[in-house]
Amino acid sequence: MSSLALGTAEPAAGTTPGTAQRPPLRRRIALIPTATLLLGAIYTLLPVAWVVIASTKSGHELFSTFTFLPGTGFTGNIKDLNAYRDGIYWQWMANSALYAGLGALLSTAVSAFSGYALATYRFRGSETLFNVLLAGVLMPPVILAIPQYLLMAKANLTDSYLSVLLPQILSPYGVYLSRIYTAAAVPADVVEAGRMDGASEWRIFTRIALPMMIPGMVTVFLFQFVAVWNNFLLPYIMLSDDERFPLTLGLYTLLEQGSNTPALYTLVITGAFLAVLPLILLFLVIQRFWSLDLLSGAVKS
Amino acid sequence: MTSTASRKSYGVKGAPYAHPSPTTTLKRARSAPYIFLLPASVLFLLFFALPIGYAVWLSFRKAHVSGLGLGAGARKEVWAGFGNYTEAFHDSELLHGALRVLGYGCIVVPVMLGLALLFALMLDTERVRLAPFTRLAIFLPYAIPGVVAALMWGFLYLPDVSPFYYVLDKLNLPQPNLLDGGPLYLAISNIAVWGGTGFNMIVIYTSLRSIPAEVYEAAKLDGATPLQIALKIKIPMVAPSLVLTFFFSIIATLQVFNEPTTLKPLTNSLNTSWSPLMKVYQDAFHRGDIYSAAAEATLIALATLVLSFAFLRAANSRNKQEEAR
Repeated sequence: MSSLALGTAEPAAGTTPGTAQRPPLRRRIALIPTATLLLGAIYTLLPVAWVVIASTKSGHELFSTFTFLPGTGFTGNIKDLNAYRDGIYWQWMANSALYAGLGALLSTAVSAFSGYALATYRFRGSETLFNVLLAGVLMPPVILAIPQYLLMAKANLTDSYLSVLLPQILSPYGVYLSRIYTAAAVPADVVEAGRMDGASEWRIFTRIALPMMIPGMVTVFLFQFVAVWNNFLLPYIMLSDDERFPLTLGLYTLLEQGSNTPALYTLVITGAFLAVLPLILLFLVIQRFWSLDLLSGAVKS
Repeated sequence: MTSTASRKSYGVKGAPYAHPSPTTTLKRARSAPYIFLLPASVLFLLFFALPIGYAVWLSFRKAHVSGLGLGAGARKEVWAGFGNYTEAFHDSELLHGALRVLGYGCIVVPVMLGLALLFALMLDTERVRLAPFTRLAIFLPYAIPGVVAALMWGFLYLPDVSPFYYVLDKLNLPQPNLLDGGPLYLAISNIAVWGGTGFNMIVIYTSLRSIPAEVYEAAKLDGATPLQIALKIKIPMVAPSLVLTFFFSIIATLQVFNEPTTLKPLTNSLNTSWSPLMKVYQDAFHRGDIYSAAAEATLIALATLVLSFAFLRAANSRNKQEEAR
């Protein structure tokens, strides 16, 4: 907090004439850092900009005009995408929204319960439980996904919505974030006071602790939403019916077919552009409500 | 505040019953954490512990085909001992995959963390402009699926549609094939660096901001330049978060799968067992040999665990040495 305030106060003081005691030659803007950051931003925005522009080109323009020159085929591309297999692209997007939305919601609830229990109670085996849950982070997803697939097959659950939804509910990182956030945001004496007043443990959790945990839980939700939305491997292994595909898998199959028929390139590109759009918008809108700091596990005391 | 308010209301309501005795409160509080942890524990058992146990069990099994392999009872699962493991150890494809990933990791981890640290330090500089915009822009790839990232870069690597080749062509410069041989490593690494730098930058920047300003004051009064402050004060103070990002980057590197899989349709130089995990997938679903796949998967998981613990131990003992000093 203090460093942020300092950062905004500095340039303001520097721009007022007269207060500057240093020689006027000294630059007001830190040139090298600003330039470095701008280069970084150009690097990260370059492929996004390319996809935005390429999605406006017709199949012919894609191969003939300069890549950063906007084309005239955007509405045509959208029409083609709508027409492709009776608009299955929108089915993929709805599936992604379902997997990510519902999955992240359930995941946040589980993380909140676990984080609260690990942060506010002292009980036998709490450290062991926490460490075992965390070890899940170390497991490569493929190594989990293959036996998960085989077990799902035994339960006749492969190629279903549940097969993609269920394995992603428990997020070790979500539990970890929830625990450290709760430990910092919910004072132990508040919980104790509720207990002394005769409130049930459940009531203490829902009425007293949960409101204090909300900012942390928003972060857990977004983290998990992005993780599920971006997941490719699990649906790749679990699903075969493309009616249930999420966007990532749908675009991949589209690209795979496109490698033989360049005519599909414009579909892939337009599809990719529309796929990143919701997440970018989500980020811009929600940026005010969540703190990136929380994502890295930093909690202000 | 809330506690006193709720205390009052409960006090009035609960007056006839008085407070519950301390022992019942204690008992309730004793079972409560286990109930709160029940959903996570059940999910852990079903979707982590059980699959891992099953994979290990499968890794010691093999299919035994009797007769011509026809009919329902012709294929049986039998005990294989360490057979699948010795096979995996002698599998040159798996070894080559591991070496490829090692080469890939040697590019990705230093470049990505180097850039993340550089950007974090630059964001933390005084009088830097456009910081909120650039911070968000550099973090943006985090929100973009790996598959889409690989797809976007894949097109940028294709000579027919790429702006890079257009520029090279106009300048009459040689045009390397980015989707073959050595440059292919750079091409795949670039996608990972692009996707991962922002997240690591945020982690490092967060810990930079938690350093109290007083720490710099003395150095500034002594006339230290921003560069000196960065090298001598800031970097040592964020060492723990550098260790953390390094650790997670190594794990992510070992698990590379999405990017090469997505690039595969665009080039013939990426085979189906480019990375060890792709080989596991290939064995399990295309060759249908789940037993070998299970053994390979177990080996990779073990390698990950051993590396993680060795790394954490090394980091811990260094911390202790520094504390002792």
